[in-house]
Amino acid sequence: MSDAPLLEAEGVRVEFTTRGGTVATALDGVDVAVRPGEILALVGESGSGKTTLARTLVGVQRPTSGVVRYEGEPLSYSGRAVKRLCREVQMVLQDAAGSLNPRQTVYESVAEGLRLHRLVGRDSGGRTEPELVAAALSEAGLRPPERLFLRYPHELSGGQKQRVLIAGALALRPRLLVADEPVSSLDASIRGEILALLLGLRDSLGLGIVVVTHDVGLAWNIADRIAVMYLGRVVECGTTEEVLQSPRHPYTQALLSVVPEIEELTPVVLTGEVPDPTRIPGGCRFHPRCPALADGAAAEAGVADACRTTALPVLAATGEHRVACHLATARDS
Amino acid sequence: MDHLLELRGLSVAYRTTDGLLPAVRGVDLVVDAGEVVGIAGESGCGKSTLASTVLRLQPKDAVVEGEILVGGHDVQTMEWGDLRALRWAEAAIVFQGALHSLNPVRRIETQIAEPIRVHEPGISDAAAAERVAELLEQVGLPPGRSRAYPHQLSGGQRQRVMIAMALACRPRLIVADEPTTALDVMVQAQVLDLMAGLVKDLGVGLMIISHDLSVLSDVCDRVAVMYAGRVVELGSAEQVFRSPAHPYAEALSSAFPRVGDPAARYAPAGLAGDPPDPLDLPPGCAFAPRCARATDACTEAEPPLLEVGGRRAACIRVGER
Amino acid sequence: MTAAETTTDGGRPLSARRIARQRRADAWRRNWRLFRSHRSGLIGLVILGFFVVLALAAPLLADGDTLKVTQATGGVLESPSGEYWLGTDENGRSVLTMLIWGSRISLFVGLLATAISMVIGTVIGVVSGFFDGWTARVLYRLTEWFLVIPFLPLAIILAVVLGRSLINIAIVIGVTSWPATALLIRSQTLSIRERPYLERARLLGAGRWHRMTRHVLPNVMPMVFANTTLTVAVAILSETTLSFLGLGDPTRVSWGSMLEGAFGVGAMTTGSWWYIVPPGVCVVLVVLAFTLIGQALEEIFNPRLRSR
Repeated sequence: MSDAPLLEAEGVRVEFTTRGGTVATALDGVDVAVRPGEILALVGESGSGKTTLARTLVGVQRPTSGVVRYEGEPLSYSGRAVKRLCREVQMVLQDAAGSLNPRQTVYESVAEGLRLHRLVGRDSGGRTEPELVAAALSEAGLRPPERLFLRYPHELSGGQKQRVLIAGALALRPRLLVADEPVSSLDASIRGEILALLLGLRDSLGLGIVVVTHDVGLAWNIADRIAVMYLGRVVECGTTEEVLQSPRHPYTQALLSVVPEIEELTPVVLTGEVPDPTRIPGGCRFHPRCPALADGAAAEAGVADACRTTALPVLAATGEHRVACHLATARDS
Repeated sequence: MDHLLELRGLSVAYRTTDGLLPAVRGVDLVVDAGEVVGIAGESGCGKSTLASTVLRLQPKDAVVEGEILVGGHDVQTMEWGDLRALRWAEAAIVFQGALHSLNPVRRIETQIAEPIRVHEPGISDAAAAERVAELLEQVGLPPGRSRAYPHQLSGGQRQRVMIAMALACRPRLIVADEPTTALDVMVQAQVLDLMAGLVKDLGVGLMIISHDLSVLSDVCDRVAVMYAGRVVELGSAEQVFRSPAHPYAEALSSAFPRVGDPAARYAPAGLAGDPPDPLDLPPGCAFAPRCARATDACTEAEPPLLEVGGRRAACIRVGER
Repeated sequence: MTAAETTTDGGRPLSARRIARQRRADAWRRNWRLFRSHRSGLIGLVILGFFVVLALAAPLLADGDTLKVTQATGGVLESPSGEYWLGTDENGRSVLTMLIWGSRISLFVGLLATAISMVIGTVIGVVSGFFDGWTARVLYRLTEWFLVIPFLPLAIILAVVLGRSLINIAIVIGVTSWPATALLIRSQTLSIRERPYLERARLLGAGRWHRMTRHVLPNVMPMVFANTTLTVAVAILSETTLSFLGLGDPTRVSWGSMLEGAFGVGAMTTGSWWYIVPPGVCVVLVVLAFTLIGQALEEIFNPRLRSR
């Protein structure tokens, strides 16, 4: 794994203006970087901005401010630049069932990318379109691929649909795959297979992967690094072992404590819902729900005021285990 | 003493153009007051069909065999009047997909009050409103939200409204079908906490259906794992989740790894193949084609539930490790 | 799941074209099988087939020359007899001959008008539904405007302005009936736009034209087809109406003009039922046929409407 990031976002902010005129800040300053062949998990709940970040990385969402860089070059958002990025960075959507055109066969769905980018003529092996489609389907674990050429999406199982989507993305020979909740709509027993497929693609094709998920177990299964997101910011990031085994941010700690598979932590069930992205709390955005503030731990460390009033800086994308929390920073020094 | 809910040899089959499709094949299950029983399984295993039969909500052309006893009375053979009285006042269902189960053009206070008015037609507006406020408090929703429409609430709040509706007529048995699917992890924890609390406070019996075994292990006392229409493992939640005996239950349990377990790092555990087509079940054990431990004997006959270490599993190789 | 279908045979290499052809053949076979299972649709198809054959075989079935008033051979308003199965009109022409030849006009105008209406309606519907800016808004307002204008007055004015010919009648009907189609297609387009597979196409690098023509249009076409058959029914009724009002081509006989003639000579009061009833029944039957076919098609293309 080389050290220079393949895809990175720097200081990215994305704002949406609703019909009523209010501004929802989906991303409020995010630095993130993915190296070639690395698997990064973006973990968070709804409203955290993880899907918006994924779409920004792929070039489909233009940030209000900040820059997205591929191989060091900033993205220019011209039609041609975005189309060229498609070949390098592909995204697999969450709803496998809805993401396939019901009137297109499996063959056509996978061949679409090939045709859009005229890849059949440029193939180094001189392969024909059916051969390229078959190769992509095989790589996604659908064998023998020819049997599925004429099938329609409604004739496939959930796992097969997901694999077809992955094959469609692989057909473009990307160097990075962004998978938005790749297994959340699938049965539990299929989960392992699809995750194993993603890992296998990293091993065999050197593909980098960004996985967007709310499931920390998934991150434990396949991710090298994790970025935990809350209300449009990364609140903690580092290697998977660091973040999941020694979480430092109260949000990460609470999130891990309610996962049923972990017995060591007493469950900290946060009250209330994730606040509105149109009204982000001042100071630390997590402070209204922070158990450390509520039970006095923050006051003890003398940072309670800071939690309520002082905003935290954007976490740097690379480096060791970092956390955006006044309490954690105070405890370190 | 009658059990709150008892299923005896329940089988449900749907009539389709391709023949009789067996959705549930011989299930025995018991739920008592103050107990939380979980049913785990994936799509097509028959768990939703099971839930629908408790209130006789299965489609008219479904063929039902066996008995479904709620408080000792068979729901399938009840008179219509008794069934109406039973529905909601003795047993209630919390449906999955709360967004689609709530009427989008009516306020939630009207919707929660609806079952109350159906069962107590003469009730005054004031009394109904009071009961609605009481229910909202029980489920942890601020009473000011009662005049909201469903789309104005978050997913977790809508699910709480569904639970409040289920409690409206003070049932003794509640069936929750996938109550936490599509909810965030934290909201899921809140809803499960709420349900566990209600069981303790009100002494109701709760049956939770979910495809997420880890969710069930947290809140249930006992868990039944279903596969292809049959119960393949039945035991305490702890046992079934931590040390499952049936190979399928084991696969289901290991699908959600323990964070911190080095064995699960870069090693997602999966199960190859797909669940069997109910119209074309394999001979003998329905799980045999996907089972790593299958032998020839497995294809001979459908294994019954065998006792092993305090729980029951439908596997002839149970006990040998 | 259906049984596996292999496409390789005898080691012949697969080509994209062969795959596409096979897929089309499969789709036709499947749709025909589905259609066959709808008895009402089949009845509609049979009725329609009968009239189409009637229209196409008109020269073989009845002598077109006798339609000319100067060459009429019968007496005035004769009741049905062995020689004239449906009697004669006030000019002595055989009503049966008029009926057979009239089917050509009604069907031709109906189909042409529908084609015009569907093309305009679909294009405007898809464009105003798919795009977001100025163009789309203007087109939508245009559609609403046209929808509000009452059909008959507009049709009469246009017919008078354009002149009385078959093509013009078809244009008149087409131009006044496209808004309903356009609105339907537009709302369908709006809903399809939000579907995840449109987003996926965008992620694959597809531009707007590709997304509109390769993803939106094919998914809108089923609704277009089902709507077309119903539009034909309306178009035929409209043609009948306009001809009855005297706006049709005076040199051609259509079912509408027959009704106009019958009305003009007071066929009701004189009891000349053979002049009024046959054309009326024919219009009803053809409209019914299209409606039945349309309903069957709707069920095929919209799986949710299928009864279990």
